[in-house]
Amino acid sequence: MSTFVAKAGSSLGKKFITGITGFGLFVFIVTHLGGNLLLLVGPDAFNAYAHYLHTAMHGWFLHMARAGLSAFFLFHVVSGLAVYRDKLRARPERYEKMADAGGTSRKTLSSRTMAFSGLVILVFLVLHVAHFRFGPGLEQGYVTEVNGVEMRDLYRLVVEEFNKPVVVYAYVFVMLLMGMHVRHGFWSMFQSLGLARPNTVPTLSGMGLVFGVVLAVGFMLVPLYILYFIPPPSEAALAPGVLP
Amino acid sequence: MTTGETMTLHLKVWRQRGPDQPGALTPYTVTGVSPDMSFLEMLDLLNEQLIERNELPVEFDSDCREGICGTCGLVIDGIAHGPKRACTTCELRMRNYRDGDTITVEPFRARGFPVLKDLVVDRGAFDRIISKGGYISVNTGSAPEANTIPVPKYKTEAAMDAAICIGCGACVAACPNASAALFVGAKVSQFALLPQGHAERKVRVVRMVEQMDTEGFGACSNHGECEAVCPKKISITYIARMRREYFKAALAGV
Repeated sequence: MSTFVAKAGSSLGKKFITGITGFGLFVFIVTHLGGNLLLLVGPDAFNAYAHYLHTAMHGWFLHMARAGLSAFFLFHVVSGLAVYRDKLRARPERYEKMADAGGTSRKTLSSRTMAFSGLVILVFLVLHVAHFRFGPGLEQGYVTEVNGVEMRDLYRLVVEEFNKPVVVYAYVFVMLLMGMHVRHGFWSMFQSLGLARPNTVPTLSGMGLVFGVVLAVGFMLVPLYILYFIPPPSEAALAPGVLP
Repeated sequence: MTTGETMTLHLKVWRQRGPDQPGALTPYTVTGVSPDMSFLEMLDLLNEQLIERNELPVEFDSDCREGICGTCGLVIDGIAHGPKRACTTCELRMRNYRDGDTITVEPFRARGFPVLKDLVVDRGAFDRIISKGGYISVNTGSAPEANTIPVPKYKTEAAMDAAICIGCGACVAACPNASAALFVGAKVSQFALLPQGHAERKVRVVRMVEQMDTEGFGACSNHGECEAVCPKKISITYIARMRREYFKAALAGV
């Protein structure tokens, strides 16, 4: 009989890991969307929220969240790619002609492109963190003051970046793929964890579609709104209190 | 089409001389196909015409020809067991086709199902998975009086909906990942749902999943194509049940 670790590496174990980490990442992006929407509320609300995340629990909240998310991403990517590798090995000779069976099948363009959409999201993630987390901060003069507290003016950086059409359209494209990833991933995680029941499968699959659309549209909304409605803050307008 | 009229069909059939040999789709035209014929009877007719021309007949598997044995299985125009739902290849009638149609016929393809010749594949992997736990290991004797062990109706129904699996392998053939999860899920579930299978349920699921992985089937990533092609309409929630059984066994240290 196999060990517990070997079971984690079995075909069922790999999907369990992909599913449970996928759930964590799903919760993360829902929270992330909430934070993003603060950009539409105003500079102070967004900056104060970002500052709060950085200072909560004396900064330990961020450390723990970062460590947790990194681990979730790592396991999700590794187990997901392992499933993809197994798929390639399991059918060395492909069908000359392949068709969709239709009927009760849950196979969609989303389900067929999980590895692709996932890898694009991974590349996006690296650029995204480099762009914003390691982008210009206090030292480069991106400073603001909310309620007498001096903090990084992340709002200004976001508005500047999302005034570049190339950045916005690339972002929108990735969010489309992210929505597709969630469309299959959401229902798939319940099935992978063994939680789906005969009477819940159609509901879970439907919820996957709803969450996929809501998350994709929600994340696209902010950069598109900034591109078309919020001009980049000029140097003069950066004086405290007169932000756009 | 009224009785008596026949069709001429164009087939593209996978021909392969033997295991590990290169194969190719070969075009054939078969004449005199009655719409009342089954798909396999149409292939029988093709073979008669090939033999008359002194060509090698196309090899394919079949046994009961009434949809209960699980021996036949072809991928017809890209769908395992063809275009009709809840139907084996032998139950597919030629009345679903029209005169002059072109039909592509391929074997089930998976590393776990190597092609032996033409459309015949070796599904011994399923037998080896069953040999790891698809049974009750004690002698239960002859059939007991029906109500000796009372089992609720919904449990027996759920067990029967899994036990109806005929082991044809269409689930593997249709799966984009060539996963055998629906087959193993059904076999694990039919025992896990009944008291007689309870004692060995943890050992059974671990051993059967181990063998499934050893045979080189892919991991199930929940496309659900298996359920759509299954001639017995077995639900993918039996895959979820297998996973529950497996995770419980893993936590129990089995």
